[in-house]
Amino acid sequence: MRLQYAPNVRIVEMPCSGTIDHRVLLQTFEDGADGVFVAGCMEGDCHFLKGNFRAKKRVHQVKKILDEIGFGGDRLDFFNLSAAQGQRFAEIVKIMTDRVMELGPNPLNKSAKKEGGAA
Amino acid sequence: MIIAQQKPVKDVAAMISNCKKVLLVGCAGCVTVCLAGGEKETEVMASSLRIMRKMEDNPLETVTYTATRQCDPEYVDMLGNMVQDVDAIVSLACGVGVQYLAERFNDKWVVPALDTKFIGGSTVHGNWEEKCGLCGDCILHRTGGICPIIRCSKSILNGPCGGSQYGKCEISKDVDCAWQLIYDRMSALGKLDKLMEFQPPKDWSKSRDGGPRKAVREDVMID
Repeated sequence: MRLQYAPNVRIVEMPCSGTIDHRVLLQTFEDGADGVFVAGCMEGDCHFLKGNFRAKKRVHQVKKILDEIGFGGDRLDFFNLSAAQGQRFAEIVKIMTDRVMELGPNPLNKSAKKEGGAA
Repeated sequence: MIIAQQKPVKDVAAMISNCKKVLLVGCAGCVTVCLAGGEKETEVMASSLRIMRKMEDNPLETVTYTATRQCDPEYVDMLGNMVQDVDAIVSLACGVGVQYLAERFNDKWVVPALDTKFIGGSTVHGNWEEKCGLCGDCILHRTGGICPIIRCSKSILNGPCGGSQYGKCEISKDVDCAWQLIYDRMSALGKLDKLMEFQPPKDWSKSRDGGPRKAVREDVMID
């Protein structure tokens, strides 16, 4: 399976999506990420039973915060994805990169703003 | 415990709009347990404020610290080194903590990041309910462990009003009638006769009617 996906994606591995923290997600944007998605296991497949559900709730809470402060929650999303779904992973990466290209660069990233670049 | 909720970030940002550097102080007491002003919430608030201000091309520098309790002078004193070069202190504690910080650092602009709601406890994770009215003269032994002062919408002390229907209060079908709960519990305990005992009018001077209250224990005071 030689799938291609956008090269400007950085993968951060976590032991479980349930370990994701509001602070980590906000930090990524402060550090200049244009978009972030959290990939948790398929519903019902969590080894720790509820990790992916908790991750989803936290991501939605951070989306709310980002909307509230005017940054925009669209730059963040959660997807359920199994390790065997390479095709779906490539699709999601495309969805997110397309969305980010449309939204433009992270407003905190001044150098990208000047250059008019994105993603 | 004291239950508090965070103010909208925009409201907090407006309070410190002219500041360049602020200290955000969380509290490891009640507001940590009710997930409003603990270490994590303090850092999330700081991050949110920084992002907001950076978008406005007016960056904000933040320092965060979580005090063991903001309602004890000894823990507030520990902030001494951190407050020197900040323009404002944002307290993520209940109203008590905010006042302790304002009193201790009286030359600093101290603002509240939380709204202090009530005294209560959790029913399930993420849901808190008011349970105590702080009346200063507990009568729970007469009401089956259910407080009519705060759990009855009218704080009635001698039985349900006409708005009690099918065990619910007239203000909402989601609110139990406290007096129905009291009656049911006293009935189950076989203590309904207790409800028939004559009670003199409640002494409200022990509540807020007597002005700000104090509690003194001379035996534990350190000379």
